[in-house]
Amino acid sequence: MIALAARGPVIPTTFGGSPSSYACERANRLFCPDWVSRNWSAVLWPALRQHIVLSVIAVAIGFAISFALALLAYRRRSVERPVILISGILYTIPSLALFEILVPFKPLGLSIRTAEVALVSYTLLILFRNIVTGLREVPDDVREAARGMGMTARQSLWRVELPLALPSIIAGVRIATVTVIALATVASYICDQGLGVPIFAAIQDGVFKTELIAAGGLAVALALFADGLLVLLQRALTPWARTRAR
Amino acid sequence: MELQRVTKRYPGQAAPAISELSLEVPAGEVCVLVGPSGSGKTTAMRLINRMIEPTSGDILLGGRSVLERRPDELRREIGYVIQQIGLFPHQTIGENIATVPRLLGWDRARIARRGDELLELVGLDPEEMRDRYPAQLSGGQRQRVGVARALAGDPPLMLMDEPFGAIDPINRERLQDEFLRLQATVRKTVVFVTHDIDEAIKMGDRIAILREGGVLAQYAPPAELLSHPADDFVAQFVGADRGLKRLALTTLEDVELVQPNGLKSSGRRVPLRSTVRDALSMILTAGGKPLTVVDDEDHVAGLVTLELVGGLLGKDGALTDGNGARTAEGEAAEGAETGAREGGGSA
Repeated sequence: MIALAARGPVIPTTFGGSPSSYACERANRLFCPDWVSRNWSAVLWPALRQHIVLSVIAVAIGFAISFALALLAYRRRSVERPVILISGILYTIPSLALFEILVPFKPLGLSIRTAEVALVSYTLLILFRNIVTGLREVPDDVREAARGMGMTARQSLWRVELPLALPSIIAGVRIATVTVIALATVASYICDQGLGVPIFAAIQDGVFKTELIAAGGLAVALALFADGLLVLLQRALTPWARTRAR
Repeated sequence: MELQRVTKRYPGQAAPAISELSLEVPAGEVCVLVGPSGSGKTTAMRLINRMIEPTSGDILLGGRSVLERRPDELRREIGYVIQQIGLFPHQTIGENIATVPRLLGWDRARIARRGDELLELVGLDPEEMRDRYPAQLSGGQRQRVGVARALAGDPPLMLMDEPFGAIDPINRERLQDEFLRLQATVRKTVVFVTHDIDEAIKMGDRIAILREGGVLAQYAPPAELLSHPADDFVAQFVGADRGLKRLALTTLEDVELVQPNGLKSSGRRVPLRSTVRDALSMILTAGGKPLTVVDDEDHVAGLVTLELVGGLLGKDGALTDGNGARTAEGEAAEGAETGAREGGGSA
């Protein structure tokens, strides 16, 4: 309370706008919509944008790695166990600890690269498992028919097996995406990017909660939005999956 | 299509799955591979399109060894129908049928035309079916699509592995009849695998009976198999009712019927197209009394009696027998011959 009162006179020059709009801040209510609208373009929107970039890069790289490993494991079962083991260990390391461990490595340090390495490592287990499972669940008779009609292994994979694995693959991407969006808030601890920045600022401030709630809420909204988008993508890509009813 | 002393041995197994199997299937004929489980009938079929590689021996298709060919290219020239059908659930019926034509690189218009043509050929409405997904079809419809898909690239040879095995008995019979009608127009060389001897007798121009270990027990037309089983194994496999099965191979059209000179019919009627076996069954149902045989226009063609049927079976080789040619000509000629002899015997 005292700290906020001391900052009181400074507020108008920092944030602009009419003095009446600071009533909420002065009263230190839990959530001040005015603060949000005043700081949208300077604080929240850039953070949200960075957050999206962080997440998209992490899921994309994670998918590329998992996809390659999954195809390998689909052809050679012996690959599956070690991949599950390693990605499983990565998955269980507490996120803050993982960020800390990665920082001392030379090319990483306190940068967005460190954040991405950590985020990607959390997607691997989920994506790898879902892609492999999706491929393994393709019915034998379908695979047999594809081969029997003269498809090469590659044609069968791209035209038959992967399309049929899509529901499982996209389910994996959904979980990975939501996980990454949530975890990326922690990434700002080392790289000063994303919605984690305003959240950390609010935690350090200790009193004023609007920033925390707004940024946290945006992260949740972003996760829900991305999930919904992927559901729509799945529906568009797998029209056949909805005809099961009969 | 010819198998030449083909043997398949799986590593770690003492007995071969197929031993020295030689078989020749003339173009345009249906060869049925039949046998108990473990007789290697499916293995033998899958050797032909190289889904399985033989240990020794050779397989010729149109005079050329399949072993010299790239397996995927070879398979595009061989229609393949399996029991579970294996339609692609993510593709429409039209896309499913287009599989092989697309692999062969046909242009779109030709593929579309071929798809509609095939759907009509197997008795499905192209307009209605083309854009549906397999999950929206009944089992029988799916099976028809499976056959259409296998025919799409116009392959000279079709391999069918228990294609009607998972269909209920009523629909199975309908599909069998449809397939025979279809085969009469497309005249493919067909290798057909089943464990059901009745289906084998119905579908096959020739039947290869395999016994355990992939040994050929007998290879003959159905009538010969029933009248002259090569050994006890074949006799047992075709069943104690092989006499009845022979009757099922002949229709009343091929039999010299009894003229109703004062003979009283039971009043029941039986179509001329019926098999002698069905007629016998109806006679028995009618308490052993004769039946009136009528043709398509409902004209009375004669009577069929218990004695007449008994006479047909009594004389060995009297029924359609011997060369087993089942072309319309062959059957008519044999029928006339049979009828002449038997007509005399039972009058």
